[in-house]
Amino acid sequence: MSFDLNFIGILIGAIMASSVPLILAASGELITERSGVLNLGVEGMMIIGAISGFALMVVTDNLFLAVIGSMISGLIISIIFGLLTQSLLTNHVATGLALTIFGIGMSAMIGKNFVGIPGKEFPLLFVNLKENIPFLGPILFGHSIILYFAFLLPFLTNYFLRKTKIGLIIRAVGDSPTSASNQGINVTLVRYSCILYGGAMCGLAGAYLSLIYTPQWIENMTGGRGWIALALVVFATWSPIKVLIGALIFGGITILQLHMQAVGLRIPVQLLSALPYIMTIIVLVVISRDSRKIKLNTPTSLGQIFYKEK
Amino acid sequence: MIKIEKRNDVTPSIYFLTPILAIFLTLFGGGIIFYVLGFNPIEALKFFFITPISDLYGFSELLVKATPLCLIAIGLSFCFKSNNWNIGAEGQLIFGGIVGGGVALLFYGHDGFYVLPIIILSGAIGGMIFAMIPAVLKTYFNTNEILVSLMLVYVAKLLLDYLVVGPWSNPEGFNFPETRQFSESARMPILFDGLRIHAGIFITLITVFLSWLILYKTYLGFQIKVSGLSLKTAKYAGYKGKTMIIIVFMISGACAGLAGVGEITGPIGQLHRNISPDYGFTAIIVAFLGRLNPVGIIFASLVVALTYLGAETAQIFLQIPKYTGQVFQGMILFFLLGSDYLLFFKIKFLGLKKNEL
Repeated sequence: MSFDLNFIGILIGAIMASSVPLILAASGELITERSGVLNLGVEGMMIIGAISGFALMVVTDNLFLAVIGSMISGLIISIIFGLLTQSLLTNHVATGLALTIFGIGMSAMIGKNFVGIPGKEFPLLFVNLKENIPFLGPILFGHSIILYFAFLLPFLTNYFLRKTKIGLIIRAVGDSPTSASNQGINVTLVRYSCILYGGAMCGLAGAYLSLIYTPQWIENMTGGRGWIALALVVFATWSPIKVLIGALIFGGITILQLHMQAVGLRIPVQLLSALPYIMTIIVLVVISRDSRKIKLNTPTSLGQIFYKEK
Repeated sequence: MIKIEKRNDVTPSIYFLTPILAIFLTLFGGGIIFYVLGFNPIEALKFFFITPISDLYGFSELLVKATPLCLIAIGLSFCFKSNNWNIGAEGQLIFGGIVGGGVALLFYGHDGFYVLPIIILSGAIGGMIFAMIPAVLKTYFNTNEILVSLMLVYVAKLLLDYLVVGPWSNPEGFNFPETRQFSESARMPILFDGLRIHAGIFITLITVFLSWLILYKTYLGFQIKVSGLSLKTAKYAGYKGKTMIIIVFMISGACAGLAGVGEITGPIGQLHRNISPDYGFTAIIVAFLGRLNPVGIIFASLVVALTYLGAETAQIFLQIPKYTGQVFQGMILFFLLGSDYLLFFKIKFLGLKKNEL
């Protein structure tokens, strides 16, 4: 029995690991969206983070630099988005889409010489405890530092948005940029910062994939996780804690489907994989039909261009 | 001193010149990227944009790729003109392909002139129904059509995957994830021997003509444009907003479905996992580059189709991944959107006035 319990612990640990990139990217995008900006470039920023992290690891042989570098790369590529949507007032949807398409192409170009190179072992914390404590060991211990950070992040984000002045400003800008602007807040600056923060978090999410989760570079390796992260933000009705829960559900489905393939259960794998998307649509319907619910957390100005006449 | 002023009117010439400016900026940007990667930029750009269409076969391939792109973009122009953000054309394409492919398998071994038209029609209906999901949810539950149509892309992809791996897989196919090859009667006629260009191009051209007719010569087209410009005006004029949202999504879905069925009965000839190299997403770029104008979209589809071909050629001659095409596609859209700024704002270079000194 203790073996079974331990197996369940390992399974939960695996689910946690697979939800990390989703938590990171979705938490970043959540801040961006709360400021009223819809950035559909999550997938593109993630994959740029994945290749830059991996390339830096190979070139510098330093994992710390690789992780920081991936965040900076995500941030840099999100500047393109910021420049276009905030300074040149372009449409958010089209610009984000262009960013994803561009990012996938660019990462493949940069990654040309990094295909087939084996990754480096990423240090895991408390490995002893993981092996010696049944059940709880594999859940709580033996993870990378990025995983612990990812699980802390939704709580930090929640606190930041609700309790700090900057959080309040971000929400004000997202809900009513005109009134915020009249209060003397620099809407464009706030939105720029939120876009860059989102970019950095997506970069980190990508690096988690290429440095820790599957330590190697494969073209298009984010495989639609960026889109799931976007769905997750809506699924969570823009609440950071629900992002964490949603990411665990979505990550759980990923792990479950791997195990079902191994066990040979008769439910089609594709149906399971489609569940996150179908569930997101259902959640959208439920929250959107009730105007009070959608007003509760949805940034009212999401995706709208703000222009201040000078 | 630089002063930025809002323009009161947009001159048509700038409106159609900025796409050309965007293409040139993209070539320039692409040249820089090639240079950074250690290639001779002029030579690399030549491999990318000239070599692929320097013979008849290449030109036919350009049309093969432009056919679905143009068709989907035309459909999307109805949505975008009326401010409906259907970005799930890829899913509608795949679902159209699934329905059309299912009918083609149903008619496996049948001969007869009626087989192909039935398949094409069912593909269009498939795409149309799939596009109605985000439209109906938007009109009745107030959901965001961007997210719903996007989520459905993945649902369609997974459904296709399930079908070609499971129930529809070729019984003699050694478990490859693909269906049987369709019968001859279910294939688009090839226009010239030895080339892949097929009758689907006529479907595209007819659709372009019909769209022009609807958009510029009918009351419906007028309503679509007015709603895009000002929702308040449309409401004031008494247009039925909900019906129109559903209609534009239906048109757009039918076009994407037609593109899907054109691919599987044309160049592919069966169903498998990758029936579209993201045509549905790329067509969004085509629609923008063509300024949502039927004629503009024809030219834009040729330009964007060239990035697909160029990437394939560059993969062979320069050993760079075929995803490089997406770098160019992304850049075109970046530059196009960016240069739109010039449409709405004038940049004036002024000298310093005396009293400011």
